[in-house]
Amino acid sequence: MINLLLLPIILPFFFAIILLFFKENVRVQRTLTLIGLAISFTFSLVLMAKVKADGVQTLTLGSWPAPFGITMVSDMVSVLLVTTSILITFFIVMYSFEAIGKERERFYYYPAVLFMLTGVNGAFTTGDIFNMFVFFEVFLMASYVLIVLGGEKKQLRESIKYILVNVISSALFVVAIALLYSVIGTLNMADISVKIAEVGQPGIITVIAILFLLVFGIKGAIFPLYFWLPGSYSAPPIPVLALFGALLTKIGVYAITRTYTLFFIHNMPVTHELLLVLSILTIVAGCIGALAYFDLKHIMIYNIIIAVGVILFGVAQMNDAGMTGAMFYLIHDMIIKGALFLLIGIIIAITGTSNLRKMGGLMKTNAPLGWMYLIAAFGLAGIPPLSGFTGKLLIVKGAFEAGNVWGSVFILASSLIVLLSVIRIFIYAFWGEPVELPTTKRRSYRIMIVPAALLVVISIAYGVGTEWIVPYMTDASDVLLKPSIYIDAVLKE
Amino acid sequence: MEFVMAIVIGILFMAAVYLILSKSLLRIILGTGLLSHGAHLLILTMGGLGGTSPPVLAEGVTDYVDPLPQALILTAIVISFGVTAFIIVLFYRTYAEHKTDNMNLMKGNDEHD
Repeated sequence: MINLLLLPIILPFFFAIILLFFKENVRVQRTLTLIGLAISFTFSLVLMAKVKADGVQTLTLGSWPAPFGITMVSDMVSVLLVTTSILITFFIVMYSFEAIGKERERFYYYPAVLFMLTGVNGAFTTGDIFNMFVFFEVFLMASYVLIVLGGEKKQLRESIKYILVNVISSALFVVAIALLYSVIGTLNMADISVKIAEVGQPGIITVIAILFLLVFGIKGAIFPLYFWLPGSYSAPPIPVLALFGALLTKIGVYAITRTYTLFFIHNMPVTHELLLVLSILTIVAGCIGALAYFDLKHIMIYNIIIAVGVILFGVAQMNDAGMTGAMFYLIHDMIIKGALFLLIGIIIAITGTSNLRKMGGLMKTNAPLGWMYLIAAFGLAGIPPLSGFTGKLLIVKGAFEAGNVWGSVFILASSLIVLLSVIRIFIYAFWGEPVELPTTKRRSYRIMIVPAALLVVISIAYGVGTEWIVPYMTDASDVLLKPSIYIDAVLKE
Repeated sequence: MEFVMAIVIGILFMAAVYLILSKSLLRIILGTGLLSHGAHLLILTMGGLGGTSPPVLAEGVTDYVDPLPQALILTAIVISFGVTAFIIVLFYRTYAEHKTDNMNLMKGNDEHD
């Protein structure tokens, strides 16, 4: 079954096309979406077992030899990200049944989600730089539809800014690929890595490296390119926000990780030092934003930016502990951000506002929600038995080994600020005097809390079961730190 | 020839940046159009402007133009075409809802939409 690594990409695509024929029948759409995601998830688990057992899986489309056709590569990094993406989408779709509303469901909401998942999984799996651009456009187009679907005044206004920024960064991506092609003369990522190693990264390649950082930095919201994110992400409804917050910025992070560990590794004092400084500035900017707002959505949105900084800081260390920590933290952050956005979505649905000052006393009426939120918040900050701990511990360890003592201090201080910002939500919303609540249906609350609770449980299991996950993460960091594994798998004779 | 093309592409990028930084929605659309023109011409130029025959197999021809950049451009053109069509409709809807095409007037936050 050599086509196994295509299934997580093709299955969502196939189901999305089927769904286009059932526009009015919401019940069929919901069932088919869940079935499609469940099947994709099963196959991605099979693929993960195969990658674990047999090493990096590659497939060259159309059986053309490696540098000439499009190669799809599934190493441990990409298969972990693909599996997590499908899992999170599954729970967010479950949550959408109640939260998104009939009107949006009738206008191709589920196909758009599945098309976005196609693009996301494709971008994680591809081994060709131009093909990566195409998959970027696939998920971006779907995300344009999702961000504007519903056509509220605010959504229209903010989606213009989102689309404009992404159109410009896509044009820059094309420019960067054109320049790289003119210097190197190939588009296959393994082949690019070999050719760059042959010429030893002259100045022009370093310039292209920084151009790539610019392009992926806009997608991944690093300092100073994060300016579009807070406004755009506050516009769409909560399930879409959860989907974007958990998946979209992480693709930028993945693309930076991939290019900076596979291509541009011969002039590290310039490129990786820049990445290090930018990641610390990203953390600082995110912390300032997370403390500045009294709005649930905005606090969580700035926490996305902090996490992007932490992951890239781990990547910039380029040593074993830092890279393993970055992979741990990346997967943890996708799960916990999904869970937290769904939980604050429930809080907003119950109280009818996203302003913290107008809330209070939810612990008396919604105690399970409060405890779940508290666990997720501790997980985000990295309290030991929970999921955020191992990743951050390894990142800090890697930074000390690489001699970046000040960077580690920033990481540890940022954890405190993250904890402060999320606990502030807990104190304001759950403690204090109860306020008048608008009447909501108990049934809709129960339907929404199930997927959120499952995601919290998964994040707890991820934290407690670290020992089982370690071999997968070391495989992932091995393939990132030793490009020869990747290259040999793709360019085998 | 590549030198002339580089100058032309530079001018296209300059005009695109100027238009995108303006206030009117329509000018911004024109700017994105120019930006994608510049990017596509850049792919063509960076692939090299050598070669004399179009990349179609024919008897006795050996000096072909590089076919890869042309395929890349074709892909990039349809993508930017789709995105531009979406943007134009989106801007039209925004204009209809907000009753303005001035980007400076499209502010607002949660308190006052």
